[in-house]
Amino acid sequence: MLALRLSAPAALTRPTRMVERNLLVYRRTFMVIFSGFFEPLFYLFSMGFGVGALVGAVQLENGSSVPYAVFVAPALLASSAMNGAIYETSNNFFYKLKYAKLYDAVIATPMSLSDVARGEILWALLRGSLYVIGFLAVIAVLGIGGLGLISSPLGILAFPAAMVVGFGFAGAGMAASTFVRKWQDFDILQLAIMPMFLFSGTFYPITAYPPALQVFVQCTPLYRGVHLIRALTTGTPDVWMVADVVYLVVMGLIGLAIVSKRLNRLLLA
Amino acid sequence: MPDSLSSQDYVIHARGLTKRFGAFAAVDGVDFDVAAGEAFGFLGPNGAGKTSTMRMIGTVSPVTAGTLTVFGLDPAHHGAQIRSRLGVVPQADTLDNELSVLENLLIYGRYFGLPWREARRRAGELLDFVQLTERSGDQVEPLSGGMKRRLVIARALINEPSLLLLDEPTTGLDPQARHLLWDRLYRLKQRGVTLCLTTHYMDEAEQLCDRLVVMDKAKIVAEGSPRQLIERYVTREVLELRFNREAGAGEATGEGVNLDSQLEGLADRIEHLPDRLLVYTADGDATAAAAFERGLRPASILVRRSSLEDVFLRLTGRSLVE
Repeated sequence: MLALRLSAPAALTRPTRMVERNLLVYRRTFMVIFSGFFEPLFYLFSMGFGVGALVGAVQLENGSSVPYAVFVAPALLASSAMNGAIYETSNNFFYKLKYAKLYDAVIATPMSLSDVARGEILWALLRGSLYVIGFLAVIAVLGIGGLGLISSPLGILAFPAAMVVGFGFAGAGMAASTFVRKWQDFDILQLAIMPMFLFSGTFYPITAYPPALQVFVQCTPLYRGVHLIRALTTGTPDVWMVADVVYLVVMGLIGLAIVSKRLNRLLLA
Repeated sequence: MPDSLSSQDYVIHARGLTKRFGAFAAVDGVDFDVAAGEAFGFLGPNGAGKTSTMRMIGTVSPVTAGTLTVFGLDPAHHGAQIRSRLGVVPQADTLDNELSVLENLLIYGRYFGLPWREARRRAGELLDFVQLTERSGDQVEPLSGGMKRRLVIARALINEPSLLLLDEPTTGLDPQARHLLWDRLYRLKQRGVTLCLTTHYMDEAEQLCDRLVVMDKAKIVAEGSPRQLIERYVTREVLELRFNREAGAGEATGEGVNLDSQLEGLADRIEHLPDRLLVYTADGDATAAAAFERGLRPASILVRRSSLEDVFLRLTGRSLVE
């Protein structure tokens, strides 16, 4: 007797089995997930309010001025979405791929490697969404306290926007991980992540740079994410937001395609 | 091979099956068929191409050339469909070390698309079947090699497969664990599950396989039932002679030529192993007596029935003992 349900939606439901697997694992070690929640909050308090007290107001691209914490909060949200996605798709994914040999066992079932790739990215997004929701909840509460960290009703869209950021980085991060041979190689990945976190208009407007450098920074993915979310939370939408979304979604999709191709090469020899 | 059956009638059907990695041929044009309900074995030393063949059958390694069908389907196009009816026990355990014993079975059932409730029912039964019910909540890592192997077999059965692929199922296990595993595999065979396994253990092939092929250097060098192979390739009995270095007779290999001439006419064939001489003959006792008359004084004499290992030595010219 074969109680299998390999009907049309299988292609959609199969990736969620990877999520179920990860939920079984994290059911026991739920505290690990919490650590990622506090990091952006600490930055918010330290930079947003601490440094913010010295800085005062910051001018947005449209010329209006906002308190420093209002300027920094959306950037921290974008960075948090990036870090969550990268963490899950780099170290964790690499461990499962190379050391735990998890996927070797999975592909002996009807699951395909693209099911695996889509499932793990979905998991990275779900995990990231917890951080995003947590962070948004905190700044919303602070907002009620009169600090107004989200100054526009458009801010509600910050959540899906952060998911788009997460998707872009999850795809790219996972693609990069399939080329990694040893743990030390992840230092190179950090060499890309860290400068992006510091210099993508996260903590100060990129008008601080000479024009050529501004163009370069505008071409980096985290800048697009920061721009997108900041436009939403500060209520300063512009047409570039379309470019932000397209950039990040395409980055994620290209990453996903590379992952499927690379996994085929690595596991289906 | 009966040609009256078409490829549809076999669970596995291979013609000219080839796997190349660059210029290296891991499997070089092999032909074989496995019928439903049969226990079929690939016997051969490491590197003979057994695992590559199994991976192609398991649809996790693309066929380079030749024909392969599993359940009458082409692995290149119907991989998921084939795998849904397949149980795989890989050479390395590949258990999920971040999950418990029971969870390993549950999630595997989910990978096959079983509802949770059904996965739980089957997992319970399978843990019973492989005698791991008491370890159900334990982590996988501290389990013994034999227990891990049993868990992998239980995992491979979660989808109630009609074909079970086992790549060296008992390598590295102690005798007790091996016998327990053999018993479970035998029960599965009785239930009508087709078994396809690789091994480099002769006794395992003799115990489990209805039919087997001997592989060496990417090719099939012989095919038949264990009994047929023994009858075809070796004599009924084997006389094993061991010599002491100190006794002056010299090492079996060292003075092999001399010993060969002394045994001339007494044996069908003589095989030199590092530690002993295998003399193939219809009547071991008579040959031993005759050798003694010619003045040979071995340190020990053993007469035994010939085995698959002798077939293997004959076909490949090397010992499988590792």
